[in-house]
Amino acid sequence: MTLDSFLASPSDAAKRSGPNDRIVLSSRVRLARNLRGFPFPGWAKKGDRLKSLEIIREAVSGLPQMENAFAEAMDNLNPLDKQILVERHLISREHAAKTVGSGLVISKDESLCVMINEEDHLRMQALRPGLQIRQLWQVMDEFDSALEKKLDLAFNSKLGYLTACPTNVGTGIRVSAMLHLPGLVLAEQVNQIIQAVNKLGFAVRGLYGEGTEALGNVFQVSNQMTLGEGEIEIVERLSKVVAQLIEHEENARQKQIEKSPKTVLNHIGRAYGILANAHSISSKETMNLLSLMRLGIDLGLFPGTDRNLMDELFLITQPAHLQKNYTEKLSAEERDLLRADMLRDRLLKVSRPIPRFPGAEGTTLDKPASP
Amino acid sequence: MLCDVCKKNEATVHLTQIVENKMQTIDLCEGCSKAKGVDDPTGFSLASLLVGLGVSQEESTASATTPATEPSEELRCGTCGFTAADFKKAGRLGCPDCYQTFAEQLEGLLKTMHKGTKHTGKIPGSHPARDVAEQVRELQTLLEQAVQTEDFERAAVLRDEIKKLKAQPNPVRTA
Repeated sequence: MTLDSFLASPSDAAKRSGPNDRIVLSSRVRLARNLRGFPFPGWAKKGDRLKSLEIIREAVSGLPQMENAFAEAMDNLNPLDKQILVERHLISREHAAKTVGSGLVISKDESLCVMINEEDHLRMQALRPGLQIRQLWQVMDEFDSALEKKLDLAFNSKLGYLTACPTNVGTGIRVSAMLHLPGLVLAEQVNQIIQAVNKLGFAVRGLYGEGTEALGNVFQVSNQMTLGEGEIEIVERLSKVVAQLIEHEENARQKQIEKSPKTVLNHIGRAYGILANAHSISSKETMNLLSLMRLGIDLGLFPGTDRNLMDELFLITQPAHLQKNYTEKLSAEERDLLRADMLRDRLLKVSRPIPRFPGAEGTTLDKPASP
Repeated sequence: MLCDVCKKNEATVHLTQIVENKMQTIDLCEGCSKAKGVDDPTGFSLASLLVGLGVSQEESTASATTPATEPSEELRCGTCGFTAADFKKAGRLGCPDCYQTFAEQLEGLLKTMHKGTKHTGKIPGSHPARDVAEQVRELQTLLEQAVQTEDFERAAVLRDEIKKLKAQPNPVRTA
């Protein structure tokens, strides 16, 4: 089966929903595990990698959770397929660069994905839309317990699960939530919030972990420490932090509407204007403007338009998803033209934003900044 | 902004990557990004690109994983042949046994990286340590009950038992 026929279409993928998905785009729990008696993938010779890949692939594919899964060696996937998987958040950029001796297994519903011989022998992750961290830990715990019956995992009672990088040793767990925080960015509070979250021992990264500047106002919050703290403790602490971030974001949105309604309307109106009328637009600008339109939908400025459309556009305007529709290799400039064509076409049916927030009367001007 | 590679054309490809909490950025023109295979969205290491450009290795590999204590460069893992120098370079270990080989170097590093230096999470079902951990957990529940019912004599006995169990050397399973 080809990857293309296995994966849900972008529009179906965007329809998946979960609790609090107005702000929490997705949650993820990832466990790192290694086989006893094998060098870690980064140090292993090709023969050892192929051997561990075979052992793990068989064990993983045999689990009931992986019935009708997509299982493939990385050298059998073309660069475009790999990049599609990165854009879907199913594999890491690091794993996309792997070839012989690495592989992956993705469950039928795409909620479970096991990367084989990435940095560790096993990187297994459970991924769901919205805020579902606690449920995902249960899913992953069960999956891991079933798998450990088939594999001899590297574990010692003092240091826990042994991983290639000492930053993951112990529980090997990475719990994260992807958050859409345009309100905090507009209110210029996001850096303050990031610092506070960092102080609690959590990392805040961008959409794909690159740079502090988060594309499309999307931030990923995750635990950094894996030793000296149990899984449940980590899951609970992160859940609490995310719940607080949701509250801060909602408050920031409310405050911006009250304090500077014109500024917010201006941002959203311009975002729509550019997206619906541009003839050349980069991936980065697209993400940032779609984020503002998504905020507009949340705030009731686009009656009749579903948030799913924004999530779908967010996905299909990214480079690999865009390239997938064309057989010839596109340059960055050509992609910008085709991206703009697609956006104009898809936004034809979306009416321009209404001129005031629902419930607000007449023209409200921004309040002057207090001295 | 000019391309970092040819220094002639306008840079149109801007890359940012986080490696070990350090941000690296590079700006390339369309031609150079193609030549470097960057436009091919397969994923690649920015570090290797930067190293090739003569950016100091120090900057691209310096990271939180640099051991706090200077490791003896001769130390070599008997199982996989990984050396302390390899660890310094890669920031990753060679095999599970490296944790024993480089225990001394790792101790300080783990302390700065993590909340503690002792695993307190999940234990595989087949691991002997699970039995001890479970016994401790059971005794702790009994201890809490004893304290609640103000049966301090029993609580003292239970407390000593827990202490004894925790003091036992942890059974480490060998392959």
